[in-house]
Amino acid sequence: MKHIRIINQGNLSDIKNKGCGECQTSCQSACKTSCTVGNQQCQQSK
Amino acid sequence: MIHQFYKKGHYIVLDVDTSTLMTVDEMTYHLIEDFLQFDQNALIARYAPRYGEQQVKDAIVEIQTMIDKQLLFTDHRYDPAFYHGHDGVKALCLHIAHDCNLKCDYCFASQGDFKGERSLMSLEVGKKAIDFVIEASKHRKNIEIDFFGGEPLMNFDVVKGIVDYARKREKETGKRFNFTMTTNGVLLDQEKRDYLNDTMQNVVLSLDGRKEVHDRVRKTLNDKGSYDVISENILAMVKERGDKEYYVRGTYTKYNMDFSEDVTFLAEQGIREISIEPVVAKKDQDYAILKEDLPRILEEYDILLDKMIADYREQPEGSYRFFHYLLDLSNGPCVYKRLSGCGAGNDYLAVTPEGDLYPCHQFVGEERFKLGTLDTGLEQKEMSVAFKKANLLEKEDCQKCWCKYFCGGGCHANAYNFNQTLLKPYDVACEIEKKRVENALTLQIIKSEEH
Ligand code: SF4
Ligand code: SF4
Ligand code: SF4
Repeated sequence: MKHIRIINQGNLSDIKNKGCGECQTSCQSACKTSCTVGNQQCQQSK
Repeated sequence: MIHQFYKKGHYIVLDVDTSTLMTVDEMTYHLIEDFLQFDQNALIARYAPRYGEQQVKDAIVEIQTMIDKQLLFTDHRYDPAFYHGHDGVKALCLHIAHDCNLKCDYCFASQGDFKGERSLMSLEVGKKAIDFVIEASKHRKNIEIDFFGGEPLMNFDVVKGIVDYARKREKETGKRFNFTMTTNGVLLDQEKRDYLNDTMQNVVLSLDGRKEVHDRVRKTLNDKGSYDVISENILAMVKERGDKEYYVRGTYTKYNMDFSEDVTFLAEQGIREISIEPVVAKKDQDYAILKEDLPRILEEYDILLDKMIADYREQPEGSYRFFHYLLDLSNGPCVYKRLSGCGAGNDYLAVTPEGDLYPCHQFVGEERFKLGTLDTGLEQKEMSVAFKKANLLEKEDCQKCWCKYFCGGGCHANAYNFNQTLLKPYDVACEIEKKRVENALTLQIIKSEEH
């Protein structure tokens, strides 16, 4: 494509086998005052 | 839903529901803005004079291709019933010491005693907490234990005892414990550093930045600044940490709205992993960040972005990272996790030295939020349900917000402190979050374009 450049092709709406609950609780990891989930990692992809 | 913004010479488009990120040219940016409002002929009529007819037609084809591939203007709505939470608790914040060897002005723990008596957790309570979470985590394997305070190193022997006990129970149960600690660094001598480096998956070290900024609010018990007492320990820890996770975590207040200076100051000391967060405070405190401070704060996040871009251009991996500008676009969490946000009161509980259970560390000491004790288990079921219900799908502001899948719905404690309900997020925090996410996305784009 000439006009659109995809930086990341997301698949957020694909929920097959997801939601296992094994990943780290967000606030726990670094900040303790907010949540922000976008910078967490999925345990399944580790 | 989509979100568009222009930053650092890039026209950026985010498809919210799939989390697809793209950059486009100026013309396509405008076409996307108008795409749902006008039909194709109207779009051509509108933009051909400025960009040329063929160009406009080509761009429309590309936009249509993205739509057909379900990467643009997607609309995935989840019924509130879709989110039912997870069964059981998987993370505990252990308040190892309700006591502190510093007295920081803004401490939500009221100088370490959390509005109660000063106290230390006993090993017996600590072991009970481990047994509790093994049981309460049900089928989940990974369990997180954060040693928190006050200052957890004031009760170091109990920390060691709890870790030993958990390791033993791990073998019996097949669970996996990950330990973390948040410390102010006062007691961080060689012995403790070695121990933490061996056992803790992550260590959060409290240091606010420049000496004068730090000393103004983080004071020793005799009212002196604490910078000189702790900085050496913290820098030694960072060095010895090697590849293991850590954060140097500072707080900014009204006194240092130029906090990007603190970030770069920390980076100059050789600290790579940096997190600087806005203070959480009641409105009437001098240092509180209020709505009228927002323009200045948001500007500062842009200044920080500029600094990080410059740093990144100087050396490929950058010499430091800022917690809120990190995004894992391809390996990030699933939507289910994003809907649930922090998990306080359900996945995550705080345990006081006496063994009382609260939704999270920020609620400790607020009697009406007490959920139960390690002996009785979770008694106030309605409160846990209220926290579970406070997910993205139930919050009107969040449902309309483009940032929802990065944010997760904000901090319940903030929402409650400012709006007296878990269901309405604190708007100042929202503006800060949206700014941080836009900047984080921009940084990703710059890295990917320049590689
Ligand atoms: S580990 Fe991955 S799939 Fe499981 S809940 Fe967390 S983000 Fe979702
Ligand atoms: S920024 Fe605010 S409105 Fe948006 S998702 Fe986060 S908490 Fe909700
Ligand atoms: S309510 Fe706020 S402080 Fe408590 S765990 Fe959630 S995000 Fe963290």
